[in-house]
Amino acid sequence: MAIQRITLAKGLNSGLRKAMEDDPKVLVMGEDVGKLGGVFRITDGLQKDFGEDRVIDSPLAESGIVGTAVGLALRGYRPVVEIQFDGFVYPAYDQIVCQVAKMHYRSKGRSKMPMVIRIPFGGGIGAVEHHSESPEAQFAHTPGIKVVACSNPVDGYWMIQQAIACDDPVVFLEPKRQYHADKADLDDSVDPDPLFSSRVVRRGQDVTLLAYGPTVKTALSAAEAAANEGTSLEVIDLRTLSPLDLGPVYESVRRTGRAVITHEAHVNLGMGSEVAARITEECFYSLEAPVLRVGGFDTPYPASRIEEDFLPDLDRVLDAVDRSLKF
Amino acid sequence: MSHHGFGPDLVEVFGPSQSDGGPELVQLLTPEGERVHHPEFDRDFSAEELRGFYRDMVLTRRIDTEATALQRHGELGIWAQLLGQEAAQIGAGRALRPQDHVFPTYREHGVAWCRGIDPLALLGLFRGVDHGSWDPEEKHFGLYTIVIGAQALHATGYAMGMQRDGVVGTGDPDRDAAVVAHFGDGASSQGDVNEAFIFAASYNAPVVFFCQNNQWAISEPIERQSRIPLYQRALGFGFPGVRVDGNDVLATYAVTQAALQRARDGQGPTLVEAYTYRMGAHTTTDDPTRYRLSDDVERWKLRDPISRVEVYLRRNGLVDDDFIDTVRAEADQLGHDLREGCKAMPDPQPLDMFDHVYAEETPELRAEREGFAAYLAQFDGHSVEGRR
Ligand SMILES: Cc1ncc(C[n+]2csc(CCOP(=O)(O)OP(=O)(O)O)c2C)c(N)n1
Repeated sequence: MAIQRITLAKGLNSGLRKAMEDDPKVLVMGEDVGKLGGVFRITDGLQKDFGEDRVIDSPLAESGIVGTAVGLALRGYRPVVEIQFDGFVYPAYDQIVCQVAKMHYRSKGRSKMPMVIRIPFGGGIGAVEHHSESPEAQFAHTPGIKVVACSNPVDGYWMIQQAIACDDPVVFLEPKRQYHADKADLDDSVDPDPLFSSRVVRRGQDVTLLAYGPTVKTALSAAEAAANEGTSLEVIDLRTLSPLDLGPVYESVRRTGRAVITHEAHVNLGMGSEVAARITEECFYSLEAPVLRVGGFDTPYPASRIEEDFLPDLDRVLDAVDRSLKF
Repeated sequence: MSHHGFGPDLVEVFGPSQSDGGPELVQLLTPEGERVHHPEFDRDFSAEELRGFYRDMVLTRRIDTEATALQRHGELGIWAQLLGQEAAQIGAGRALRPQDHVFPTYREHGVAWCRGIDPLALLGLFRGVDHGSWDPEEKHFGLYTIVIGAQALHATGYAMGMQRDGVVGTGDPDRDAAVVAHFGDGASSQGDVNEAFIFAASYNAPVVFFCQNNQWAISEPIERQSRIPLYQRALGFGFPGVRVDGNDVLATYAVTQAALQRARDGQGPTLVEAYTYRMGAHTTTDDPTRYRLSDDVERWKLRDPISRVEVYLRRNGLVDDDFIDTVRAEADQLGHDLREGCKAMPDPQPLDMFDHVYAEETPELRAEREGFAAYLAQFDGHSVEGRR
């Protein structure tokens, strides 16, 4: 393939297509994923090419979608299910945390659950309630499932294929406000990073800035703005939330002595709490300031007219950077 | 008559549920051991088959009484008794072909027996040494499911997989396969069971929903779950439902076999409601005297699933005392083996808890295991109690 300029939506779509071509056991299922191609068009054209037995328009029942996918996985298939919006994953919560996550364990490794649960997540699209949630911590808290978040088109292409190839169930979070936003060059002759790894996406010396999914872009913009004011921020895209890959983070924090983590999810007991605790355990003597968290407030997701105030933006991130530097 | 203009009042028409299962009940052997005939589900049974049913039920009952006794002696944490439900389970279990697949709840000891699962493996779960040690794929029998109704969806998805594997409706009896999902009357209220009905109907999946209506969900009677006989729910989802006498092993076998064949032939799901009664407690932690009448229990004792087969076999000269004695001796031996085997089951080791969390283990978990192993190693040579 020549180098292509693609959106995140296109990256995911091409990645799904490639996975389906490579392995006839891969199935796509969910609400509207067939003829419509998904409400975000991520599965666009797949049913036309792979048929209704492999791209399955399901009844409107989230527990049913995940629960039947459990049965299909037990039968040797690799279901990729789409939850239409983050706020609608909760009816399937029991199936995910009690069934999907525990099947391998309960069966002493005899029953594999190679399933991917795709969830468009996060806000910033001006949607009505239940369409802008960030449920990642609820799943990262559950042993037996793995949780990853992509942040850009190239990762979208590779990470979805890697998640499908993984023998463990993966909750796959897609920043919905970036589906059709920025384009990037995909050169698929270049090997991707492993799925469960974080990545330094911008080098810097003064403060380590951690982000994943939609806030990676925010963090990069903040680093750009800080650079103009003479502060050098290192930005790390966590990419994997369970397991966490904090080796590169520790290495960075030992250099900078400071860390700020940002995510859209509520701060209280969010991913940032875990990351901060671990940095404190590992890098205590290198730290010049406490690890700071910048996230959504501990309120339900607000009405969309004020969601920009809820979501961590460049200024709130930079404010935390300043607080860190002042310690 | 209707008070609201939408048709007859359902409670007036149907219930509370008739204690004899009502006129819809499919029965081939009466409680008195009389063979009766049914226009749709009748079939012939060889003497061999009948003796087999009898033996299966006696041995299954022994597993159950032995496990109950073991719980009383503190060897099991809890036990879910099946007393009274032997016919429902042996009938359903024996109707399976080797390639069919079962998704049980937590009380399917008789079906497990039919699938060749070592009863000690069932005890292991209730003793707390593991979560089930049989291989679900090799035995074609899933792990016990504690979350009520969750497995109905797994069964339906598995059946959808069979459709995609081309093992439905080919006409080859050794190839065509179907799935059975077991659940109780209480479970019929769960969303997952109703969603499973929707999916199975929508995709015409080869799944038999086998509901053992034992009248009680812990302390809640069937009237708390449904205003209509459960089998009639199927119609609302667009597939057939049948109510069978769950204390009649012949009828349960015949009805399940027909439903399975329908599914294997590609004609889609069926709901079988096995109308039976939970003679014992819900589990060994339950006290049924708080919520139900001993009169009911006495009435249902007269419908015992084992004695009616024994009466029939004896009356028709299909067994002699020798046979009955042999089965009894076999049961005694089984009971003895379970007692000994249960007590001899080794406890898992502390570090075993870290195994099989993932197919591809994470570095985080590996580090946690190593940390705990190092911690435990400090106490080497001392008892675990010595930790504190
Ligand atoms: C989702 C869920 N809710 C509650 C329970 C606790 N519980 C265990 S068994 C049971 C009653 C089930 O009744 P029924 O489905 O009729 O099956 P039976 O045990 O009578 O065979 C309940 C409430 C559970 N295991 N799962």
